[in-house]
Amino acid sequence: MNYEFHWNTVFQHMPEMLMGAFVTLHVSVLSMLIGIVLAVLLAIVKMNNIKPFSYLATTWVEIARNTPALFQIYMAYFGLGALGIHLSPYIAVLSALVFVNTGYLVETFRGGFQSIPATQYHASKSLGMNSFQVYRYVILPQMFRRIYHPMTNQFVWSILMSSLGILVGMNELSGETQRLQSLSFRTLEYFIVAACLYYLITKLVLFSAGLASKKLFKGEI
Amino acid sequence: MGSFFTPLSWNDSGFILTGVMNTITISLVAIIAGTLLGLVVGFIRSEANKAANTALGAVLDILRSVPLIIQLILFTTYIGAMGHPLDPFVAGSIVLSLYTMAFMAEVFRGGFDSVHGSMITAARSLGMTYWQAVRYVQFPISLRAIFPSWLGVALSVIKDSALVSVIGYMELLRTSEQLISRTQQPLEILIGVGVFYFIISYPLSLYGKYVERKMAV
Repeated sequence: MNYEFHWNTVFQHMPEMLMGAFVTLHVSVLSMLIGIVLAVLLAIVKMNNIKPFSYLATTWVEIARNTPALFQIYMAYFGLGALGIHLSPYIAVLSALVFVNTGYLVETFRGGFQSIPATQYHASKSLGMNSFQVYRYVILPQMFRRIYHPMTNQFVWSILMSSLGILVGMNELSGETQRLQSLSFRTLEYFIVAACLYYLITKLVLFSAGLASKKLFKGEI
Repeated sequence: MGSFFTPLSWNDSGFILTGVMNTITISLVAIIAGTLLGLVVGFIRSEANKAANTALGAVLDILRSVPLIIQLILFTTYIGAMGHPLDPFVAGSIVLSLYTMAFMAEVFRGGFDSVHGSMITAARSLGMTYWQAVRYVQFPISLRAIFPSWLGVALSVIKDSALVSVIGYMELLRTSEQLISRTQQPLEILIGVGVFYFIISYPLSLYGKYVERKMAV
């Protein structure tokens, strides 16, 4: 072992690394929020079998689930570029993540909806609730409980996959790490710190999700 | 302007085929090695005491919480800095196998834990040795719970193998990247790559769904 570690440069650039970590969180949160909205729409379309759109939903889901995330980022960055649509690295990574998140979440939501028996709907109706009330007070709370964990996993997955931004020159944590290490060539040190930051971020997200679930569901899950 | 670039031609098919073969090779290596390692680690995790489990769990947790691309870069930089650079294929296989192992271990552990303890007790009381009970009772029964998740992990490994391109292994995505820089036809080439992954992945995922439905009853 004849390698000398030099941590100084890493600590000097720590603010920039943390900014990168912030961008990582930023893009993952945004990709989740947009993904959830799109996934709810596609899940509704798919479950009610609304013809032209349900084909779109199926195609979307299958492509998102069966091709690598790296391919989707390349497609958004280089592929669309060939069509004259030039996206910034941030938008390219964001749209790729939204695309995949939507694909996975549609199936999660569909499973969540279908896990609530239709009898509950009829029972609530017979108690005099209107459709909105049935969904608001009976169906959605139960469904949310069941899809909470898969959704947390999807969020962690987005954080990890946003690291692919390094390949299109985005300024999230790994891209920033790549840029900073090229200034000093302390590659090992920089990437060790980046790995630790990713670990901390995912642990923090899982921990807060756990706390929130205790608060939201009061232990019954 | 156009004369700088030569368009895609049939002569490139050999090059693309190399990429295809390399993607398949490294995926198979990672799936096989990851499954075997995951089987051992998962078995240890389902049998071991709390202390050993916590330690083992922490290592697996790190492998699952750090992005694969960072692991690949870290590992190649590390072995390079230590003075033992490895071939991209070997380095990529090691990292991808360990990453696969981290997921497989949980799949196997969940499967082993799903077998009721009373079944093992019954098997032992019939005079089976510990290993016989594991081999003829616990393992075959747990396969039912393991297989669908195993297939899911294997599929994600095929897709994640695309990341090995960052450390210089000539798998499909990297060959296409090089073709793109020569031909300047990103759209056609990338769509081809996407179709390839889809053709491999889609039938397997359909089969996984079919098996899951069949075994659920």
